[in-house]
Amino acid sequence: MTSKLLKSTALALVVSGAATAATADDLTLCWAAWDPANALIELSKDFEGKSGHDMSFEFVPWTSFADRMLNELNSQGQLCDLMIGDSQWIGAGAENGHYVKLNGFFDANGITMDDFIPATVTGYSEWPKGTPNYWALPAFGDVVGWTYRKDWFERPELQAEFQEKHGRALGVPSSLEELKDIAQFFQGRDIDGTTVYGAAIYTERGSEGITMGVTNALYNYGFLYENPDKPYDVDGFVNSDGAIAGLEYYKELYDTSVPPGSSNWYMGENIDAYRSGQVAMQMNFAFIWPGVEADPNVGGGKSGYFPNPAGPAGQFAQLGGQGISVVAYSEKQDAALEYIQWFAQPEVQSRWWELGGYSALKAVVEDPDFATSQPYAQTFLDSMAIVKDFWADPAYADLLLPMQERVHNYVVAGDGTAKEALDGLVRDWIEVFEDEGKL
Amino acid sequence: MPTSPLDKVAHATPRPVARRIRGLTDRAIAWIFVAPTIFLLLAVNIFPLIWTIRLSFTNYRVNRPNRDVEWIGLRNYERILTDPDIWATMQATAHFLIWTIVLQVLIGFALAYLINKKFKGNDLWTTIIVFPMMLSPAVVGNFWTFLYQPQIGLFNYAVAFFTGVEPASFSMIGDVHLAPWAIVIADTWMWTPFVMLICLAGLRSIPDTIYEAAECDRASKWRQFWTITVPMVLPFLMLAVLFRGIENFKMFDLVVQLTGGGPGNTTTLTSIDLKREAFEKWRTGLSSAYAVILFVTVFGLASIYVKALNKVKER
Repeated sequence: MTSKLLKSTALALVVSGAATAATADDLTLCWAAWDPANALIELSKDFEGKSGHDMSFEFVPWTSFADRMLNELNSQGQLCDLMIGDSQWIGAGAENGHYVKLNGFFDANGITMDDFIPATVTGYSEWPKGTPNYWALPAFGDVVGWTYRKDWFERPELQAEFQEKHGRALGVPSSLEELKDIAQFFQGRDIDGTTVYGAAIYTERGSEGITMGVTNALYNYGFLYENPDKPYDVDGFVNSDGAIAGLEYYKELYDTSVPPGSSNWYMGENIDAYRSGQVAMQMNFAFIWPGVEADPNVGGGKSGYFPNPAGPAGQFAQLGGQGISVVAYSEKQDAALEYIQWFAQPEVQSRWWELGGYSALKAVVEDPDFATSQPYAQTFLDSMAIVKDFWADPAYADLLLPMQERVHNYVVAGDGTAKEALDGLVRDWIEVFEDEGKL
Repeated sequence: MPTSPLDKVAHATPRPVARRIRGLTDRAIAWIFVAPTIFLLLAVNIFPLIWTIRLSFTNYRVNRPNRDVEWIGLRNYERILTDPDIWATMQATAHFLIWTIVLQVLIGFALAYLINKKFKGNDLWTTIIVFPMMLSPAVVGNFWTFLYQPQIGLFNYAVAFFTGVEPASFSMIGDVHLAPWAIVIADTWMWTPFVMLICLAGLRSIPDTIYEAAECDRASKWRQFWTITVPMVLPFLMLAVLFRGIENFKMFDLVVQLTGGGPGNTTTLTSIDLKREAFEKWRTGLSSAYAVILFVTVFGLASIYVKALNKVKER
């Protein structure tokens, strides 16, 4: 009896081992090369152990991420089985057949989008927007916010000088105008024998940098992507008086408050400037905050965080972050779906947050201890509540490039006026929409 | 009995093959040897060129695989030739091309002239001067980005030392007036040694007897320079100008790394603009027309130049 039991157990083990070996796949996950990607490698070891699949990773620096990965998708390449693509790619991913639609899979496995932060579902998963058609699982919540040198702000002599000059305490700004005052206050100031500057802001020309920066001013001054009652009607909304004032604000911030030579800066350059003590504040996506806290120069309580301040038309912040999709050209879609099923589990999402990944699962962010779990956790929650995103249409790249060009040419190169820049952008966007058959 | 290795190989050739080869004419054998190269040339150069020309008459976009492709005649060409932004990139390219060639030829020739003189440490100096062209353009771009950094860049400090201006008061790659010169300086630093080497080859090819004859005729050094050195080095110089002209017309990596085409569009050269049209805006038809225009321009100018070069050589 014992012998029979042993034999059957051994046989079962062999069979299950063989079955695992037969179905084990080598999955490749494609994403940007940045800190959260390293955290995901660590997190994925759990999946490898549980599923028997091996994970490979293809990480590309942000400045060439879109070029490289959109090329891969457009050429129907099989490099990536899983893609953590930018939020704006969702339209092209869905309409051009690059991503697998996940509704059936979600229903079959009890995954519901009600469990995720609504802004991330709209931003990362849905296409068309506002409809229950899902092409990705929210993977990494991200938003533009501000980091500031709390230790500098708290210096009594600076407090007194700022109070005298502006009639209010030097602290977290409650409006974009206040933020500009603070940035100008620090510009060219000598702190501990070093000349420092006001703020590091996004100015990068080549990929998406300046657009991800300037929108934080535009939204709050009244810029709208389109007529709320008539889709793709952009004239008068993109170039409204408020939008023009927002663009002028950003240019003034650039002209008066940034380090010299910061004419082509994006995430990496802003981080470097902040960590090296060049600037009092930096605009950047929230993903950098765990790294700031861990930094010996600026971490450990020396830095504070605040959401993008309000403007005359409200308080909004540029959405970042991404959803994870299964690539339609992959031959290992079953294994890729297994990964998504594993990734959606609450305990995996909790661990994701602990490792430095920004979970979009409500169970994680609505946990009573979440807001105090990290110094930046509350700012992350506040920021995620005010997000807006760029176009996610299939023609997003055609819409992004003229914005990069028009805004950069005005803000950095000083070409023309804000009105001319935005009027030009309206012409460019109308041409794209006409070309796409939307108008 | 075969004795030499050649005989052994001939003997080892299977009889049917040997018979077949023996039956071929010299012309057929020549074709057999040339055919793989012709095939590769057709596959890698000619076919893509023809395909590009065909695409240039359509509205094809590689990122819209499901959209119908329409034949739109010369509309892409018309759009490119009437686009002021594209003309601005042509101007930026012309500025870059002309100044890099002028500076590289002047400095390269001067260095070659000095290196050609026999002095102690001649070889060491040659190696040091040639070093920049051994680097990758991406590395040079990165390197100069640091040199141009307003707060810590050595270039700014050197300018400050000689002129007295504050190092942080100007930004070579952030200022619309200075950025076009920033890329000219970096490229000149990298590629002047190449021009120097070609000029050096030209200088060393001049027989000493010509100078000796000139000395006998009591020609001054100045006269010898203008009537012997310059004319005899001229074909080499022209060759260097041709190489640098073609290379700089295609310049991409160094400038992308250094300025990314900015600030604004001040350093957006045609190759950078073409890449944006083709692989960022995904206007495949339009960018094909753009590529054809650039190809015709370079090919036409190079042909005229080569004819001039041949005339100089014949003199």
